[in-house]
Amino acid sequence: MENDNRLLEMHGIVKTFPGVRALQNVDFFLNRGEIHALMGENGAGKSTLIKVLTGVYPKDGGTILLDGKAVAIHSPSDAQKLGISTVYQEITLCPNLTVAENMYIGRGKGSLTKWAKMNADANKILRKLDIPAVANMQLGNCSIAVQQMVAIARAVDMDAKVLILDEPTSSLDEQEVEKLFGLMRDLKALGVGIIFVTHFLDQVYEVCDKITVLRDGQLVGEYEIKDLPRVKLVAKMLGKEMDDLSDIKGESGTYEGDDTDLPVYEAQQLQSNAGIKPFDFYIRKGEVNGFTGLLGSGRSECVRTIFGADRVLPGKKNVNGKLVKIKDQIKMNGKRVKIKNPRSAMKNGIAYLPEDRKIDGIVGDLSVRDNIILALQVMKGFFKPFTKAQAYAFADEYIKKLNIKTASADTPVKSLSGGNQQKVILARWLLMNPQYLILDEPTRGIDVGTKVDIQKLVLELASGGMSITFISSETDEMLRTCSRLIVMRDRKVVGELSGDDLTQSMIMSTIAGGE
Amino acid sequence: MKEKKLKGGIFNRVSDTNLLFFITVVIFFLMYIGAVVFRGGGFSKPQTLFDILNSNAGLIIVALGLSVVMITGGIDISVGGVVGLVTMCCAVYLDKTPGGGNVYVSMLIAVGIGLAFGLVQGFLVAYCDIQPFIVTLAGMFFARGMTTIVHTKPFNVENSAFQKLKNTRIEIPGLGWYTKKGIYFPAYIEIGVVVALALVVILFIVLRYTKLGRAFYAVGGNKQSALMLGINVKRTKFLSHVICGVLAGIAGYVYFLNVGSGSVSHATGMEMNAIASAIIGGTMLTGGVGNIVGTLFGVLSLCTIQKIVASAGLGEAWWTGITIAAMLCLFLLIQSVVIRLKKRTLKV
Repeated sequence: MENDNRLLEMHGIVKTFPGVRALQNVDFFLNRGEIHALMGENGAGKSTLIKVLTGVYPKDGGTILLDGKAVAIHSPSDAQKLGISTVYQEITLCPNLTVAENMYIGRGKGSLTKWAKMNADANKILRKLDIPAVANMQLGNCSIAVQQMVAIARAVDMDAKVLILDEPTSSLDEQEVEKLFGLMRDLKALGVGIIFVTHFLDQVYEVCDKITVLRDGQLVGEYEIKDLPRVKLVAKMLGKEMDDLSDIKGESGTYEGDDTDLPVYEAQQLQSNAGIKPFDFYIRKGEVNGFTGLLGSGRSECVRTIFGADRVLPGKKNVNGKLVKIKDQIKMNGKRVKIKNPRSAMKNGIAYLPEDRKIDGIVGDLSVRDNIILALQVMKGFFKPFTKAQAYAFADEYIKKLNIKTASADTPVKSLSGGNQQKVILARWLLMNPQYLILDEPTRGIDVGTKVDIQKLVLELASGGMSITFISSETDEMLRTCSRLIVMRDRKVVGELSGDDLTQSMIMSTIAGGE
Repeated sequence: MKEKKLKGGIFNRVSDTNLLFFITVVIFFLMYIGAVVFRGGGFSKPQTLFDILNSNAGLIIVALGLSVVMITGGIDISVGGVVGLVTMCCAVYLDKTPGGGNVYVSMLIAVGIGLAFGLVQGFLVAYCDIQPFIVTLAGMFFARGMTTIVHTKPFNVENSAFQKLKNTRIEIPGLGWYTKKGIYFPAYIEIGVVVALALVVILFIVLRYTKLGRAFYAVGGNKQSALMLGINVKRTKFLSHVICGVLAGIAGYVYFLNVGSGSVSHATGMEMNAIASAIIGGTMLTGGVGNIVGTLFGVLSLCTIQKIVASAGLGEAWWTGITIAAMLCLFLLIQSVVIRLKKRTLKV
């Protein structure tokens, strides 16, 4: 053995899905006590590589060596037994079981569940990691962030040799991320090899030692972190020199609207049953605005209310000391409209791209084509189906326009990568030709390249006269695309920023609330 | 201290399973007390409850097995057919074989038939990945068809050893009653009830304290996650059907002990009663939520309401059907309202 420190070796891994070569001859090496970032665009093969390593997918070729010995991994439980533990991007725990069970199920010897010991052990770990949950609580009763922390606690507690963290930070707040990083450093000191997958470049440069970059299912290379500055990393991931992101706003030109125009959408004292404080809102033709605020500040709830996805409560205003119901609560282009549910919103030309594409967006088993024409079909009526030729024409047009990477229009959407699924949903709503488009976290969990694509598209659409509300957790992304930002804190609109106020620091101080 | 950190009250701390179980038990007792108060007489005698148990021990066992499958996220509608087939086979064996059959062998036949159904259906569902509804629908037709092939005409079983077993009564001291003439009738349960209650205890322990039991819940809660957590999902599904099959076999024998005859019409519609009982008992069709003791109370609730309807002079079958329908709706409504209330208090 040339290197005693080598923990895991993956040689020439091949994995093919129908129509896609997901991994072609990929090598990956991990040393003891190393935090190794696995980077790449969406669809580059990171998740596939990890799922091959953890036995979720059988590999089509290549060898895996652990501690210098070849191992066969056929199922996640094989991987666990070999000391490979994983925290997946999507929470893969059972919401109907207790917190403690989720930490201990599927491992350990014997066939009995010792509740008392299990709960005690679990509570110890929960306290150590400072997770606000108790062992005997049903997991489904905890918040998403806590569930994610429980998943991490489970993986950490397994005394693994290899710990895989696949986008563990997307639902965590900064403090929790810090806690996780502390934990990772502790484990590293103990000699655990950690594979870390994330889209946040900052996080990579904060904790990692090495970076392996994948692109289109192929290995680009393995680099020491100090040898690879950010710009180069992004270039490697994209396979081209980075567009100057900060300049895209200027490129596409803005729609020259008249300020005296009536707003496309205007609402007074809008509130919903999801617990949002009443807020006023308007958007002009060709404007891109955004809601910003911390996770859970009510950004999504606001747009869900606009779209009628949550129940809209009637607004009230104070007239001479009396609360009076506002008659024309919602106006579009100056005319009073009623938006009670997504269907009436769609009829009025509002389209909404939801935050969680798995729950609200795609129909995984349907083809790309069917997913694209779905909304339009609904509006047209199910008894007047499109002809096949029409459907294909629509689908092909948007697959080309948005550069959706799919084997064909007939491929089921679930076999596409996350970023491409997102584009399919976007295509669906663009096909409706809405006058007002709401994008809720359209770039979450997708790679830099697709992000830029989507941002550019947003600005392009706006310059064509579409009004767009854009929500993103990344403020620099918002700054790049939006001309007006509505700032939220604790389910309440606390400010509005535009023009010269649109800076990172102004947003921060508005969110934080004054000085 | 710890509690303070968590949002919400006791409502959020209770798991869905326990919440639904609690609702079932409360409703059952309210109903029974209501029956005692308003219908008086019969219902205040403990023997009325025991009679419900005596005549429905088979249903309890079937519902137990079905609960296991439902908790795992599946369904088994062949159980009624299996009970019918077991009853017929045992009856024919005990009555029609020359010299009369052996009671113990007949028990083996019962369990064997159930096991066979469980193995085949479990294999098809778990390893061939066919929808459990379709597989067990086929199983149901097969069992009903086989029953008719084995024998068509109804007949009573005269086998003496069997009769002795059938008429065995376990008296419960202190709960008997005196007639107006002062004759003492002891309260009693039949052997089937003992078997059923023993199985309730065993299954409760299995589901609560074994890894297999928890795997049933995990798979029912989220199949994909269960796989990722290192559970052998296929084997778990397979075993849930095997358990259900074996229990259907045992239930067939217990049912047979109660009716003591062979007939093609035995146990028709029993699978539906069992599904209804499991649901009333707080098992959710979507999987992952359910409680064995709840199922017991589910059966009791179902049978009590039937008894109440009958005692109100509405003995015809359609009235029973209509009340069961109303009751199912009521339970499902309460369940969904409570679960939704719980969700609403949480996600803020």
